[in-house]
Amino acid sequence: MAAVGDLQFEEFGNAAATAAENPGATTISIEGPGESPTHQAGLPRGSGGEEDDELLGNDDSDKTELLAGQKKSSPFWTFEYYQTFFDVDTYQVFDRIKGSLLPIPGKNFVRLYIRSNPDLYGPFWICATLVFAIAISGNLSNFLIHLGEKTYHYVPEFRKVYNSLALSTFTIIVNPRIFWKAVKQGQIAIGTYSKQNVQMSIAATIIYAYAWLVPLALWGFLMWRNSKVMNIVSYSFLEIVCVYGYSLFIYIPTAVLWIIPQKAVRWILVMIALSVSGSVLAMTFWPAVREDNRRIALATIVTIVLLHTLLSVGCLAYFFDAPEMDHLPTATAAPNQTVAAAKAS
Amino acid sequence: FAGLSDISISQDIPVEGEITIPMTSHIREFDSSTLNESVQNTIMRDLKAVGKKFMHVLYPRKSNTLLRDWDLWGPLILCVTLALMLQRSSVDSEKDGGPQFAEVFVIVWFGAVTITLNSKLLGGNISFFQSLCVLGYCILPLTVAMLVCRLVLLAEQGPINFMVRLFVVIVMFTWSIVASTAFLADSQPPNRKALAIYPVFLFYFVISWMILTFTPQ
Repeated sequence: MAAVGDLQFEEFGNAAATAAENPGATTISIEGPGESPTHQAGLPRGSGGEEDDELLGNDDSDKTELLAGQKKSSPFWTFEYYQTFFDVDTYQVFDRIKGSLLPIPGKNFVRLYIRSNPDLYGPFWICATLVFAIAISGNLSNFLIHLGEKTYHYVPEFRKVYNSLALSTFTIIVNPRIFWKAVKQGQIAIGTYSKQNVQMSIAATIIYAYAWLVPLALWGFLMWRNSKVMNIVSYSFLEIVCVYGYSLFIYIPTAVLWIIPQKAVRWILVMIALSVSGSVLAMTFWPAVREDNRRIALATIVTIVLLHTLLSVGCLAYFFDAPEMDHLPTATAAPNQTVAAAKAS
Repeated sequence: FAGLSDISISQDIPVEGEITIPMTSHIREFDSSTLNESVQNTIMRDLKAVGKKFMHVLYPRKSNTLLRDWDLWGPLILCVTLALMLQRSSVDSEKDGGPQFAEVFVIVWFGAVTITLNSKLLGGNISFFQSLCVLGYCILPLTVAMLVCRLVLLAEQGPINFMVRLFVVIVMFTWSIVASTAFLADSQPPNRKALAIYPVFLFYFVISWMILTFTPQ
């Protein structure tokens, strides 16, 4: 039996030293919760976004793949699983929005800002804000354009805003058959609305569908090409959804500024918005198709930009009346002036 | 321990007594105290709770009353009042561009549920119904704005009329945001407060837009 004096705690602090002294010994090092290297990828909380830039040069695709695999460990029916998609801080969301507004050639949005922590907060709330911004600004702009006309009865067209989210989402998810029947008959299942409002619901549904289905198609396409040609860069589905969601942010101030009923101003705004968000998308996806057949790569990029153009011009032209009747003091081109003069007399 | 080994219980010490349980009539009376009270007492108690929470919303201080004893009576009353006031007098629903009763209801409750889900997903430690309760009660300033707007619209319409309504709606909108932030902000992790508050801002903005563009025809 050991004497009392022999019962002392032995220091096992340095696992490496012990391993060096005693090659046969097994060493386990237990680190504290804050020092674990398997903690979230590159997100030292509270240290700002500068540290993210330092890691830009490293090819940490292996590490990020590993960490991405470790993150989503809860089964999909638990609440924690969905919490992993909202694991962003305020400064991260702001950084991502800034990144979508200032596309720098050579810097990849996904690598720089998302870094295998894609979130659904940004895409969802940016789409919601965009839907409301377009509907409300369209409303305001039509009101201002028709301000002088006595026959124009101001109708707030609130149903556009309401229909755009609640009805279309609910009805499509709950019973798509009823939704389609209602669309054909010019009404939605719950109440009786005019054909115009049905068209509004469809238009706003398109924004959410665009934000989900186009990334799905693109992801499928990239996976298919990946199986044929070995690409270094491959994106997960959520990362693509993230890029598309954040790239729609520029359209929010564009929609608000479209209240100005001048055609030239509107075209300039749409061009700026399209070039900014199109270049973000193009620069993100170019590295993913670069290795591929030149024609396919170009076709992919062109399709991405084309779909984006269709969405933006289509939605804006649909919700906003054309400002051909200028009752405001500032007239634009000469043909508009003659039209305005004819209407005023 | 050796000394205890020879203790034994002698046979001639009687072990007897009475074991009785006191009557349970006391306990039953205690349990049914709220069931047996008059209806008036129950209603007054609930009304007082609702009224106390209204006061908390009107003078927002950082307190836990709204969160601790949540109830959904207040939000229901406010929602119904708001939806009723947003009705129009015209029967013709084709030209009617304003929201119907059901639309306001769905907007308010669907919006509140979405915001609650969002704040829970971001890691807030507030329960589902507590958050619904706070968001519902903080519609009170906007309901007051709706009342004022309806009164103002009885006067003649014009730009001054619009300016007055705009001013009232903006003031009440900021009041709602301040009140709900005072209650909700503490339940969020500190580096995500803005992310959780922004949907609240959007929600009250849409309701304010409904109120501002209301024109009775």
